[in-house]
Amino acid sequence: MRLVDAATITATVAELCQKANYELGEDVLAAFKEALGQEISLTGKDVLQQLLENARIAREEQVPMCQDTGFAVVFLEVGQEVAITGGNLYEAVNEGVRRGYQEGYLRKSIVDHPLRRKNTGDNTPAVIHTRIVPGDKLKIIVAPKGGGSENMSGLRMLKPAEGVEGVKKFVIEQVRAAGSNPCPPVVVGVGIGGTFEKAALLAKEALLRPLGQPHPDAEIACLERELLEAINNLGIGPQGLGGRTTALAVHVEVFPCHIASLPVAVNINCHASRHKEAIL
Amino acid sequence: MPQIRLTTPFTDEVVEKLRIGQRVLLNGILYTARDAAHKKMVELLDRGEELPIPIKGQVIYYVGPSPAKPGRVIGSAGPTTSGRMDPYAPRLLALGLKGMIGKGKRSPEVIKAVKQYKAVYFAAVGGAAALLARAIKSCRVVAYPELGPEAIHELVVEDFPVIVVNDVLGGDLYEEGVKIYAGR
Repeated sequence: MRLVDAATITATVAELCQKANYELGEDVLAAFKEALGQEISLTGKDVLQQLLENARIAREEQVPMCQDTGFAVVFLEVGQEVAITGGNLYEAVNEGVRRGYQEGYLRKSIVDHPLRRKNTGDNTPAVIHTRIVPGDKLKIIVAPKGGGSENMSGLRMLKPAEGVEGVKKFVIEQVRAAGSNPCPPVVVGVGIGGTFEKAALLAKEALLRPLGQPHPDAEIACLERELLEAINNLGIGPQGLGGRTTALAVHVEVFPCHIASLPVAVNINCHASRHKEAIL
Repeated sequence: MPQIRLTTPFTDEVVEKLRIGQRVLLNGILYTARDAAHKKMVELLDRGEELPIPIKGQVIYYVGPSPAKPGRVIGSAGPTTSGRMDPYAPRLLALGLKGMIGKGKRSPEVIKAVKQYKAVYFAAVGGAAALLARAIKSCRVVAYPELGPEAIHELVVEDFPVIVVNDVLGGDLYEEGVKIYAGR
């Protein structure tokens, strides 16, 4: 057994919340630059330049790249040989979010109840997904998710007969309907298979993959390329003002499913495709 | 891209010249207001009372900034989705509001009101909140302090970058722009 102190988890989560909001990943920056070279709309180019400049300022000045600093979605990969000491794992994570958002001057955007809607004042609770894995390490990924893009997500229980064509149609329609709302250029996470809730989680997990890294299965990688091309042919462009660059990437994750089912989930991320991780 | 530098408040003559797709650098005063402040303003009008800000010729920015770090004027301050303000906007435009800044499509009613009352809707780049905050030189609460980040603030801006989306001719860049590039 390896011991990991709850206080270390709290400190790590607090730091990751801030870093994720201040420092856009190199993969996203590279995707912006590539898009800038390919964009044919002058307005689109202008928007991409502003986004690159924005990311530079946020990193240099250690301020949030977007005022919507998101719901703190935390993925935990807990090695089965890890024991947490000095506190409860989930409480440690939430305390990290509380501290990170307070100390980092991040906006608190969480309400305590979906209908009564009183702001909790500290951006907690986090949405925490835990996976038990082999080994004695604890991996923490913090992925702040803004409301504007999250609201444009969707899930459809297709008939198996609709197949890959049905999947493509749904994904493309979802992005078209989202239009300018999710702050394009977006990253499109797609989950295919599993059950209702598994598909949604797959779609979110797909957003964590580094941009430009295709799915290891060649057939799925091909589907990702086809979807990206079709989405970029919609003409929505940066900020929905017209152009080539509607999406920076489409990431698809798949899972076995029931003979009667074909669930498809689409989780859209804005251009601030934020996540930072640490291994304890 | 060519840029036009404008100072608020606007006259009819200024907005009449603006066309969709133009890039504008705004100077002068902007008022912040989002959902809660709009609701309160319209309730005042329903009661026949005066608005807490001078609306004629002014520009409203739909924004809910992140908290300001010590020593800073404002936190990160990018535009929020304008559609939520659509039910209120025509009422303010009828009273002489000349400009709105946000992100995302407006309703047909707002687009019609922009044309009818000679105004303009600008998009600022959604998420470019650190960049936009740099153009904000001062910030003070002028109404509804109880709303916290949703209070009405008076911002003084220098070269605040926006793009014309809806103009006095009824043009809509979200429609026209996408049409140009679809299938290319």
